[in-house]
Formats: sequence, C-alpha cells, structure tokens
Amino acid sequence: MADRSFSVSRIPGFAAVAILAFVILYLPIFTLVIYAFNASKSIAVWEGFSLQWFEAAWANRQVKEATLRSLIIASSASVIATTVATMAALGTTRRAAFKGQTFVYVMINQPLMVPEIVTAVALLIFFASIKVATGYQGLGYLIAAHSAFCVPFAYLPIRARLEGMDLSLETAAADLYATPWRTFRRVTLPLLLPGIIAGAMLAFVISLDDVVITEFVKSGGQDTLPTYMLGQLRRAITPEVNAISTALLVLTVLLLSAFFLLTRKKE
Amino acid sequence: MNDIAVEARNAVKTFGQGDHAVRALDDVSVTIRKGEFFTLLGPSGCGKTTLLRLIAGFEMPTGGQILLDGADITDLPPNKRPVNTVFQSYALFPHLTVAENVGFGLEMLNRPKAEVRQTTERMLALVKLEALAGRKTSQLSGGQQQRVALARALAPQPKVLLLDEPLSALDLKLRKEMQTELKRLQHETGITFIFVTHDQEEALTMSDRIGVMSAGKIQQIGSPRDIYTRPVNRFVASFIGESNFLPATIVQGAARLGSGHSLAVEGLTPVDEGRKVTLAVRPEQVRLTAEDEADTIRATVRDLVYFGTDTHCHLMLSDGEEVVARLQSPASGDAGLSEGQIVGLRLAPGAVQVLGD
Repeated sequence: MADRSFSVSRIPGFAAVAILAFVILYLPIFTLVIYAFNASKSIAVWEGFSLQWFEAAWANRQVKEATLRSLIIASSASVIATTVATMAALGTTRRAAFKGQTFVYVMINQPLMVPEIVTAVALLIFFASIKVATGYQGLGYLIAAHSAFCVPFAYLPIRARLEGMDLSLETAAADLYATPWRTFRRVTLPLLLPGIIAGAMLAFVISLDDVVITEFVKSGGQDTLPTYMLGQLRRAITPEVNAISTALLVLTVLLLSAFFLLTRKKE
Repeated sequence: MNDIAVEARNAVKTFGQGDHAVRALDDVSVTIRKGEFFTLLGPSGCGKTTLLRLIAGFEMPTGGQILLDGADITDLPPNKRPVNTVFQSYALFPHLTVAENVGFGLEMLNRPKAEVRQTTERMLALVKLEALAGRKTSQLSGGQQQRVALARALAPQPKVLLLDEPLSALDLKLRKEMQTELKRLQHETGITFIFVTHDQEEALTMSDRIGVMSAGKIQQIGSPRDIYTRPVNRFVASFIGESNFLPATIVQGAARLGSGHSLAVEGLTPVDEGRKVTLAVRPEQVRLTAEDEADTIRATVRDLVYFGTDTHCHLMLSDGEEVVARLQSPASGDAGLSEGQIVGLRLAPGAVQVLGD
C-alpha cells in the first residue's frame, strides 16, 4: 500500500464488477456441463448423476460421423490456412515497407471484415456452379471454404511473432554463408514455430466451431458436429447435446493448455 | 596492388526516391590494406555504417564498385562473400547454443563435422568462453555475448572482419577491456578489421588508419597521429579532439591574427599571400607565460574550469577572439591563475594548422 500511484483496483465496486463479469461469462457454460451429467431427459431439472448421455452420444452413428468429418475438415483447413498465412506473413514483414502495405493487410484479413453470412451466400452460389460444371460433391468445398476463412486467424499470431523477430538474425545468417533457403530452415522457421503452432491451433478451433458458412456450403449428408447439433435443436432437446458440447469444450481446453505449456518451455 | 584487401570505387548509395532521396554515400573511394585495423569514424548519419553494409553485401550500391582482393564483388549476395560481420546488436541466434552459434558459418560452408567442432573449440578458447559452450546465448552477459559474436564471425576465417559499433552497448570498463581484446585478436588472427565507431577516443587508440566521414563523404584518411595533428578541415579538427579556431590573413608568409600578431605556419606557397584562412590549434598546445615576455600574445583570463587531470583556461584576445588553453593541473590542483588576469600566450609553430575550406 506504500505505492500511492493510480490503480484501477482501488476504484469502488471493482471487485463486484469483476466477479459479475466472470459469472456472466462462465455460468451458462457451467450449467451446460452440469446438465450433461443429468440422469433425466430434462436440461433444466436435476435428477441425479449419470453418464448415459455421453454413452448415447458415443453410440450415435451420426454423431461419430459428424465428429470425424469436423476433425478432417478442421485439420485439413488449419494445415492449408497456416501454410498460406505463414507465406503471407513472411511476404508482408520480411521486406522493406512498401506502398499499399495497409491495403494488403486489409485484403489478407478479408474474412474478418466481410460479414460471414455474405461470404456464405457468395460461396453457396459460387460452389453451386462448380458442382454443376464438374459433378464433384465431396468434402473439398468445405475444406476450401474453411481454409479461406481461417487464414487471417493463423496470419495474425504469425505476423505478430515475425514483427517481434529482429531482421538482423536473418542478415547474420546470410553473412555466415547461409543460402536464403537454409536461412529460412535454420533461423526463421525454428524461431517462428511458436507463432505457427498458435496460428494453426486458432485456425483449428475456428474451423471446428463454424456453423454459418458450413450450413450454406455443405451438401446433403455432410453435417459437421456443430451443424448436426443445430439440426438436433430443431427437434427435441436432450442432454446429449450438452454431452457433445462438454466433450468439445474439454478438447479445446486440452489443445490450448498443451499449446501454452509448449510455448512456455520454449521461452 | 595485391596488399589491398578491400576497395570502394566511387561508391554511391541513395535511399528513397525523388524529392525524398537521401544520399547516404556520396562518391566514396577508399582502399583498405591487408591486415590493417581500419576505422570508419564519424557522427551518426555520416554514412559509415552504409559503407560497411555495402562491403558486407547487405545493401547494393546505387553506383560504383566494391572490390575484395582485387575482384569485383559488387553483385555478390552476402552469403557468397568471404567477409563476416560483428553486429551492433550482436544478432546471436537465440535458439542455438554458444557452440552452435560459433560453428554456424562453418556448418553453412558444409565443412566436415570434426573440423566444425575443432574450430569452434579453438574460437571459444580464443575468446575465453570454453566453459560456456553449451549455454543458450540468452543466459550470457553483454560482454560474453559480444565475445560469442566475435568468435562466430572469426570462425570461418574471413578475409575481412566488419565490426559495426560492437562496443557501444557495453559499459565503460568492459568497453576498455574489449578494446584491448579486439587488438589482441587482430594481432593473433592477422585478419583485416574494418571497425565502425562514432567514438573518437576508441578510433585513436585502436586503429592503424582512420577514415573520418561526414555527410556521406570521406573527409580525411590517415594514421591516428596524422588525423589528430594535421586535420585537413574544420570538421575533422573539431570532431577529433578539441580545437581553437582563429581567423587569420596570410601576410608575408605568416598568418596574421586580428589582434595584429603574426604566427609562423608551415606549408604555405606564394599564391596563398593575402588569403583569409582559419587556423586550428589544440588547447594543449597553448602555453601561458608572463604578460610582458617577448613574442607572446596578450590575453585576458575569462574563466577557469577544473577537469581533474587538467584545467581549461578560457582566454580572450584583444580582438575578442576566444582561445582555450588546457593546462596540466599541478599537485595542489590550483593553476595559479585568476579571472581577469592578463597573461602572455604562446603557440608553438608546429602546433598551428592552416585549414582548407
């Protein structure tokens, strides 16, 4: 208390507002997780502990298929988006400042600016004509669409990492006889890796979670986990949806924790 | 000709375009001899680092040529030039150990593993860091990082070592130590060193030759003694050490001051007769005598500033010109002068330099 300088924590009601904010953030999720373990069919009245909804979800063929589809799309899209984003980040930071730099940043981040529903409708129309022309109906459309909107999410952490990296390291490598390719392999890439992993994880989670674009682009029988759950909600709601959501939540928390542990060790 | 390590011929470098173009190097030509410790000295923005980067290959000249051992290397990328750099920021690879940093250049040259290991060990011994070979560079002190940067740049045995203000981040004591260390390394390796600094004392104590730069041009090249005792112009005379500047006119082969006194100066030709010139005199070359002694210039003591080892005595001549004399402090610390006192002032003939424009 010797420090008399300004501190937000001394404003009256600071603690109350902070606690309220956390309650609003986490209470709904907490409720959802609790009712995943409900013994009854209700998602509002507690009637004892049970794992039956997890068992039901696990046994549900549609859930399994949708989960697998989601994972395939999310892994493919995050790999493609991260590769593109890494190249874009290198192209925009590993060079002298250029004319129209801000414009290029905005262009790369297009999916963050354009309303998702607009992109969804545009893709629906665009892919429809390709489907007619080629006859191809597979998962490729969803992977392409997800890859595209995941690029900025992968791009931002990678670019932030690159901007924090001293360009003189690459200059030093070139000075020490490294070719541009070996400079990239031995210096740029290892130092950039935490940024790339962060970008890939963010892209993975964003893809896994997407409803709007997926709903518009998917063909019949191509439900992902989120669109399947949306479909279920139109009928009777059972705690099975809670169970699936809880599983998704656990997966995401595990991924993010793994990432933090991984990057902290690097430092 | 084959004792020349590096040569810049009419090197020009401009940054930016059109009205915003800045001429960082303005038609610079310089030759650096094999095995010498050559220093590029000048204030920030004078073009010294740009010249270094042209030699390293990090920048392409807008005009002119860079030669190494007589061969034109102007168009070679940095990784194909047998020249290594010690960076101001050290630029050590944070994800590699000390030994991996030192061995990096040899590894990139695809030398056998055994040779890389042996040379790395020898280089670490040279900079006295054997004990830290396995450490990450972030665990080292500034002085140790500096040594790793040196060992890394020396390991591939470059023809020329470029040093870009490598000591500027170190504190005074460490800087003095590293100055000695650098001289030792240069003697032991026999490699040509091109050293960039804005610190005139560093340049004077370490260099075989100095190139003084200002405004993108080389102002003077010479040994430290040359540069200090015979500066060619006002910039050099004031940037390296301190100088008194006095306006004078050449009359009958001597320099006549505004106060009417004549001073003998060297190197005049008959065409100089009647020319207005500027004289430069180092403060430590100004001697004080009793006011009535023959052949002296009368001056009034205006101010005395005590610096420990010496005392600066600010004097005014009868025409209002100011002269500073640096007097070695006696044991008592009292120079025996007081403000307002009239003294005699004497300038040794060899101490007076006539400056060009």
